[in-house]
Amino acid sequence: MKCNAETIGLMHKYLDGDITTEEEQQLKYHLEDCEACQEHFRELKRTLTLIQSAERFEAPANFTANVMKNLPTEKKQVKYLRWFKMHPMLTAAAVFFILMFTGVFFTWEQDNQLVVSKQENLIIEGDTVIVPEGEVVEGDLLVKNGNLIINGTVDGNVTLVNGKLIDDDPLDNRGLMASVGEINGEFESVDQTFDWILYKLKGFAKKVFSFE
Amino acid sequence: MEQIIREKIILVKKGDQSAYEDLVSFYQNKIYQHCYRMLGNAHEAEDIAQEAFIRAYVNIHSFDEKRKFSSWLYRIATNLSIDRLRKRKPDYFLDAEVKGTDGLDMYSQLQSEGASLVEEVENNELQRYIHTKISELPPKYRSIIILRYLEEFSLKEISEILDIPIGTVKTRIHRGREALRKRLRHV
Repeated sequence: MKCNAETIGLMHKYLDGDITTEEEQQLKYHLEDCEACQEHFRELKRTLTLIQSAERFEAPANFTANVMKNLPTEKKQVKYLRWFKMHPMLTAAAVFFILMFTGVFFTWEQDNQLVVSKQENLIIEGDTVIVPEGEVVEGDLLVKNGNLIINGTVDGNVTLVNGKLIDDDPLDNRGLMASVGEINGEFESVDQTFDWILYKLKGFAKKVFSFE
Repeated sequence: MEQIIREKIILVKKGDQSAYEDLVSFYQNKIYQHCYRMLGNAHEAEDIAQEAFIRAYVNIHSFDEKRKFSSWLYRIATNLSIDRLRKRKPDYFLDAEVKGTDGLDMYSQLQSEGASLVEEVENNELQRYIHTKISELPPKYRSIIILRYLEEFSLKEISEILDIPIGTVKTRIHRGREALRKRLRHV
């Protein structure tokens, strides 16, 4: 039986890949002579083959879902970040519009004071801007948050924001109005917030696409 | 593959749960199977495998990305399984109500298991017999035999997973092999 304990040790070394060439020779010689050890070695090797054919098991179908359900909740921040990463175009568009609209509304909220483009020979009375009779205003005229009376001539475009074009003489009929004041350009009146935004956008688009 | 796993782990560390979902679905069968072999029944296997994945997620920050994630998972799963085996009450009666089921006891479990067994007995009889024989080994030999011959880890990896010296791994694997040889020699 002494041969067994020693040889079996060598067999296990062999199975673990730890055996030296010298020991392997020793094992080989012994196995040639000893039938009991031969049988033992055969059984060991066979056992390992058998172990590997043990029944296999697969996780239940809903396993992953169950694990995920039981995890502590993740940080909200990461959830948003992931969404942004998955939709880069939407994110870019959203950021663009947010910046743009806040910008526009901001200026809208701030601009409650009367603003008139810098031109000489304009008369300002309270919140009313008057182009006096017989005068010619050169260049584009912009009036914000005020009314405009044109008795003279404007040599350019007129933009009126949040205000009204007033006919100076209420008794005059409409046909006469044009003859009282004259605009040698486009007339544009912007009254509503929405129109104001459009106006801004138009200006923005013009700036973007002009190559001047 | 290792690289993909590593990237997923970095995402998980940043708090991204969906990256963890990928890891779970990738390793679920391995870990579940390991638990099943350690514990010997589907119900506890699912319970412990799930717990292992949750523990891994909660402690992901203590995981070193340079090491193998699978080894780490196996370590958690093995430790939890051995804990469960230790806590297992000796009075594991057949008529005890199975946790998480409504009024089901072990008799009905046996019945349903028996039904599926009849269908596949031809092919699976031997495989199941071997599984049973492995399950009958003492846990310290069982875990090593499973890791070595069914999950195919190296002796060095096993020593890392179980946090025991490589010499001890060898001694136990020798004894495990001898024990199984005695049990399977007549097959």
